[in-house]
Amino acid sequence: MTEMKYKTPLLDELEKGPWPSFVKEMKKEAHRPMVQDAIGQLERSYEEHISHWKHGGLVGVMGYGGGVIGRYSDLPEEFPEVAAFHTHRVNQPSAWFYTSEALRTLCDIWERHGSGLTNMHGSTGDIVFLGSTTEEIEPLFADLTKHGFDLGGSGSNMRTPSCCVGPARCEWACYDTLDACYNITQEFQDELHRPFFPYKYKFKFAGCPNDCVASIARSDCSVMGTWKDEIQVNQAAVLDYAKTVDIDAEICDLCPTRCVEWDGKTLEIDNSNCVKCMHCINVMPKALKPGKERGATILIGGKAPIIGGALLCSVFVPFLEMDKDSDYEDLKELTEAIWDLWGEHGKLRERVGEFIQRVGMSNFLEEIGLDPVPEMVMAPRSNPYIFFDDEIFE
Amino acid sequence: MADVTIDQVADAMFELVSSMKGKRDLKPMDVSKQMMEKFGDDVDKKMCKKALRQLIDSGRLTYKYAGGSYVTLPEA
Repeated sequence: MTEMKYKTPLLDELEKGPWPSFVKEMKKEAHRPMVQDAIGQLERSYEEHISHWKHGGLVGVMGYGGGVIGRYSDLPEEFPEVAAFHTHRVNQPSAWFYTSEALRTLCDIWERHGSGLTNMHGSTGDIVFLGSTTEEIEPLFADLTKHGFDLGGSGSNMRTPSCCVGPARCEWACYDTLDACYNITQEFQDELHRPFFPYKYKFKFAGCPNDCVASIARSDCSVMGTWKDEIQVNQAAVLDYAKTVDIDAEICDLCPTRCVEWDGKTLEIDNSNCVKCMHCINVMPKALKPGKERGATILIGGKAPIIGGALLCSVFVPFLEMDKDSDYEDLKELTEAIWDLWGEHGKLRERVGEFIQRVGMSNFLEEIGLDPVPEMVMAPRSNPYIFFDDEIFE
Repeated sequence: MADVTIDQVADAMFELVSSMKGKRDLKPMDVSKQMMEKFGDDVDKKMCKKALRQLIDSGRLTYKYAGGSYVTLPEA
């Protein structure tokens, strides 16, 4: 173990216990002067309860407005090795599938140009390289692109889209999340690299309503797999489950719309009242499956900021066929209509969900040319955003 | 839309950003809106995006992050 340059009693506390520790990992890289100073400055921040990082500025690669986040120490005389300690976001492969060779390549590139510290992965999904000097930004980018990687998004642009493992490993995937994520990333390269929006815009692709990538909470546009027809039921397998599962208590009583009935022999589902919560399917995966007519629901307006003001997405398009042959044209058309309106009228740092709250859902829908439908509600069987004429006059 | 060229829009954008140096940061959309106002129907958002890209790719302007993304003159 390399001898530490600074005493770090507060950080050392975070090494105790059986769980992984970022302090432990940083100390492994302490043979690099940059990491020594990063640890020293972090200890100082813990002592003083204040961050000593400044961020922003002019750093970036030629032609791009995102992907590099300028980070500077406000104590450069004391910690000169981290006077500039820029963060780089690298676009991850769909669903984070790597070969070990790709991982080695990334690590080698980063050891050549930066601190060697990584965050796999950032909350938007990117591979995050933590800490390079300003001089190394362009050479790092050149090295990445030479090996087939590109920077991800940062600033007021489309952020790097991400997706769940989808059909690669999950039989519940209602569309090919990996293909859709890759397609949208390629289609909107300009929006990914050149900021033109009031604020960030995130896409997340979830294959089913289990929403393993938390798209409904963490993205401005959640593309969530769903189905239109009936849940597929294997009655023999249900009977098998009945030997170990109390179907009445654990499935019927917990169904949010009480649309499942069990008479001890047969499981009946009133599919017209199913809200696709996935609970019954999750409890009896060998007996139940999503229907065969599969696609996605498009939800808009979520965000999960660190301090406050979280919003969940709302349904915009209840069902969209996610046919690869159609090149996701409907999703692209809807996205461009939203970007045009929000881009022109959104305030600085106003996410699209906040913009919708400010102008009102019905005005927003009218402007982007989307007809209101009964599925556009805060939650199923809850308050609607829009009252239809016949309801008003009843 | 045939009368105004991308180069003309780019030059007008550069002039605008230069004139605002030290006074106010401009977002890419602010710059585009002002161009559409200046040139009227001869210029649309697509054309502004192309002009801006030309300026950024050539290094005459650069992006800056200060809580949001702005376009500005590169540091001397």
